[in-house]
Amino acid sequence: MELTALQHQLIEELRNGLPICSHPYRTLADSIGTSEADVMNALHQLMQDGLINRFGAILRHRALGYQANAMCVFDIPDQDVRDIGKRMAALSYVTLCYQRERVPGIWPFNLYCMIHGREKMIVRAQIRHMVAQLGLTDVPQKVLFSKRCFAQHAGKYSLSPTSSVIPAGEQHEPA
Amino acid sequence: MNQLERDLLNNLQGGFPICPHPFRLLAERLGYSEETVIKGVKNLISDGYVSRFGPLFNTEKLGGAVTLAAMSVPPERFDAVAEQVNSFEEVAHNYEREDHLNMWFVVLACDENMLENVLHQIEEKTGLNVLNFPKEKEYFLELKLEVPQ
Repeated sequence: MELTALQHQLIEELRNGLPICSHPYRTLADSIGTSEADVMNALHQLMQDGLINRFGAILRHRALGYQANAMCVFDIPDQDVRDIGKRMAALSYVTLCYQRERVPGIWPFNLYCMIHGREKMIVRAQIRHMVAQLGLTDVPQKVLFSKRCFAQHAGKYSLSPTSSVIPAGEQHEPA
Repeated sequence: MNQLERDLLNNLQGGFPICPHPFRLLAERLGYSEETVIKGVKNLISDGYVSRFGPLFNTEKLGGAVTLAAMSVPPERFDAVAEQVNSFEEVAHNYEREDHLNMWFVVLACDENMLENVLHQIEEKTGLNVLNFPKEKEYFLELKLEVPQ
């Protein structure tokens, strides 16, 4: 997707987050050298084009006591996976839901979801509820609880040869 | 954690307003002063509960490539391999999980070729096979982590 020069600048300026002050968009505009209205319009456009998935706080699950982190994987028949995926994502305790490619002979699973919880016992109960609710009892599946989370590297990569690095690492969650 | 922090965490995970005074708007909704909300958000960041505040960009739509990868690492080599893998600046998250595939990490790169290249380099550096699980579809949801009393 072609980005305008202003959108590029905004993405660059926002790599460390929004200024936390009474008028953050004006502050952004001042540092780029444009107007507050232009900044707000460009952000609205980025939202509308789906280039911004979510606008707000990125939480540190572990710091908040969400130590139990389960990645649940299922082997769902291809013709059912979209429907099941949608219903899975709608469950209140599911924090992420992805369909991924299988690795034949090694990893048959094609639907992944994450459940973050304070206690393993509760997460296990939620998984049982999910399996019952979506009729997945007979589907091949696995639950992979996390044991350790390594100090996250910034996960930096360049957008294009001309733009500098944006930290995308923190913006992505596992699975 | 106090009531203000809980209210902020429970209401700031998405839909941040784009208007001249967004924190004031949020403060009015939550029944606090603008100053209290701004200070509260700053504290959540400095206390490490919030890693970042702002827009979450869609890597793929910005032209980048992202995948989930996994390895089966012999337990006695786990820490050393984790260090090798985490030394790549393209590796974003790395989790030890309970499975024979015991290391799971997210890799981000500027494009698909670069991503493939990084996975190869990880294989070379560690001498271990890296499985690649590219995303076919994301099922979006209202991300809400409820912070209770």
